[in-house]
Amino acid sequence: MSTLVADTAPRSLRSKRSLRMNATLASGLTLLGLIVLAGLLAPLITSWDPIAQDLTKSLQSPGDGHLLGTDQLGRDVFARLLYGTRVDLRVGALAVLFPFVIGGTLGLVAGWRGGWFDKVLMRLVDIVVAIPYLVLVIALVFALGAGTRSIYIAITAVGWVAYARIVRGEVLVAKEQEYALAARASGLPTHRILLRHLLPNVVLQAFVFSMSDVVLSILGIVTLGYLGLGVPQPTPDWGSMIQEGQAFIFTKWYLAAVPGLAVVVTGLALALIADGFVHRSGRR
Amino acid sequence: MSALLELHDLDVEIPLPDGTLHAVRGVSLTASAGESVGLVGESGSGKSLTLRAAMDLLPVPARVSGGSIVVDGVDVTGMSPARRREHLSSVMSMIFQDSLTALNPTMRIGDQVAEVPLRRLGRSRSEAHTRAVELLDQVGIKDPERRYRAYPHELSGGMRQRVCIAIALSADPGLILADEPTTALDVTIQAQVLAVLDGLRRDRGVGLVLVTHDLAVVSGTCEQLNVMYGGRIVEHGRTAELLASARHPYTAALLRSVPDPDLPVHRLLTIAGAPPDLMQPITGCSFAPRCPAVIDRCASELPPLRSIHHGRSSACWRSHEPEQWVSSLETTDSTADGVRT
Repeated sequence: MSTLVADTAPRSLRSKRSLRMNATLASGLTLLGLIVLAGLLAPLITSWDPIAQDLTKSLQSPGDGHLLGTDQLGRDVFARLLYGTRVDLRVGALAVLFPFVIGGTLGLVAGWRGGWFDKVLMRLVDIVVAIPYLVLVIALVFALGAGTRSIYIAITAVGWVAYARIVRGEVLVAKEQEYALAARASGLPTHRILLRHLLPNVVLQAFVFSMSDVVLSILGIVTLGYLGLGVPQPTPDWGSMIQEGQAFIFTKWYLAAVPGLAVVVTGLALALIADGFVHRSGRR
Repeated sequence: MSALLELHDLDVEIPLPDGTLHAVRGVSLTASAGESVGLVGESGSGKSLTLRAAMDLLPVPARVSGGSIVVDGVDVTGMSPARRREHLSSVMSMIFQDSLTALNPTMRIGDQVAEVPLRRLGRSRSEAHTRAVELLDQVGIKDPERRYRAYPHELSGGMRQRVCIAIALSADPGLILADEPTTALDVTIQAQVLAVLDGLRRDRGVGLVLVTHDLAVVSGTCEQLNVMYGGRIVEHGRTAELLASARHPYTAALLRSVPDPDLPVHRLLTIAGAPPDLMQPITGCSFAPRCPAVIDRCASELPPLRSIHHGRSSACWRSHEPEQWVSSLETTDSTADGVRT
């Protein structure tokens, strides 16, 4: 493909762009790849069972077979950290995917159609936005009962508004762009205009937001775990690890700090990916 | 030659928070296959909105508030939006000013040309591809098979505008509406793109409605010319005739403001005053406050677009006596200069 268009002047521009992409995007992807691998290969990396308790060996310091020591129930912290990756990444990704798809679709239709649908939807968005994110999520999970399913539902019910807003705003701009006018003028079916002409041109903003939203979701899960509303015990996840480790913050600080660091590094990887995509598309 | 597009007394209004802007005021226009019609005027004269209204692409919240739009003999004003869209797009295509924004940046140009044959005209994938290559070739894109796979940002402005023309042609329209198609291009490329449009008219009998603020563009391309001012057509006629002898003071002033490279004049002539406020009701002629040939009647009575002789009309009370006011144009000019220099 690249050879086919090679003579159309901006070849250098293309290569520069892909170089720029390599720098940020590649480092983000590498980092995230390592994190995902750590989760997937957890049984190969450590031989400890993340939920096996050994109360005779609780709160041991790092070393002596336990790379990061043990928690108050004598579980291997390193193993819990690795297995926690699986839970948190899956929940984080799904808790963004559902709002992304639902909010994005509603925003697309609202921006395109306008009228009563748009008005009703945007008032609904205003209502949800008016209530603090975590308060609403916590209240919903509390009402639905702790568990991953409740977390998905609660985060979707609250998170879709951001995507609806972003996509709607972008559609309002894009639909007056001449390519959208041209598509309308040429009599193409509405679904074709929406999916092929508008969506690819409005989705980037929402995608970039979703990368930071994953971090927000993980933080949400962490907070829920902290309140005892998160992923049920004994499944390892970073949130509950931080919550449990917090009690020993003055003697065994790493119990809370290490899973906290895992959240930060994951957030960094996602932020780099988002940034890389923006660079690659040539937009700021 | 039957008319493909007829506008009768078209009115376009834009409701704004502080009043209604009456942007197009009773414009009538006819365009047929194989004919090229120019619509010239300054910014805000309503020329683009007239075109947008004809294609049912008015920006929100502008709306057609009066008159009728007849396309290929069918009045589309009362139609349901879906049927109107279908009918309009089967007869007319549109080309826009900025070819970079007029192409979808995320699609290969060939796919954009093939889209209408594939998605609307029901051609097969390979037929649509062949058709797209053929069209790219027709609008003068060299090596179309290869360019098919290029993205818009990989092409030059002139190339992109050719692609836009190819897209417009892909629906086999009888009429192409072009909104400032060459404004974003430099002069040599302008000439090439206009030549492509002119070629289509002559070879394929495609009608053309060309909206521009550039008299040079219409003078070489259009047989018929409409001059718009303040939302109205103030003068209409054959291009050569109209450019040679204006029958409306606005046209005359407009022509005079075109710099003549043969004259040793170092300043640009302008028309004193500002265009009318279209939010306000205008009694009389909208050009009257700026008109050097103004008489009492102009301020109180709106001059209708009256036929002067066959195929020529002007909306001026004094259109029958141009020799009287052409001289007054010169006098005001010299006094205006005296003030300016």
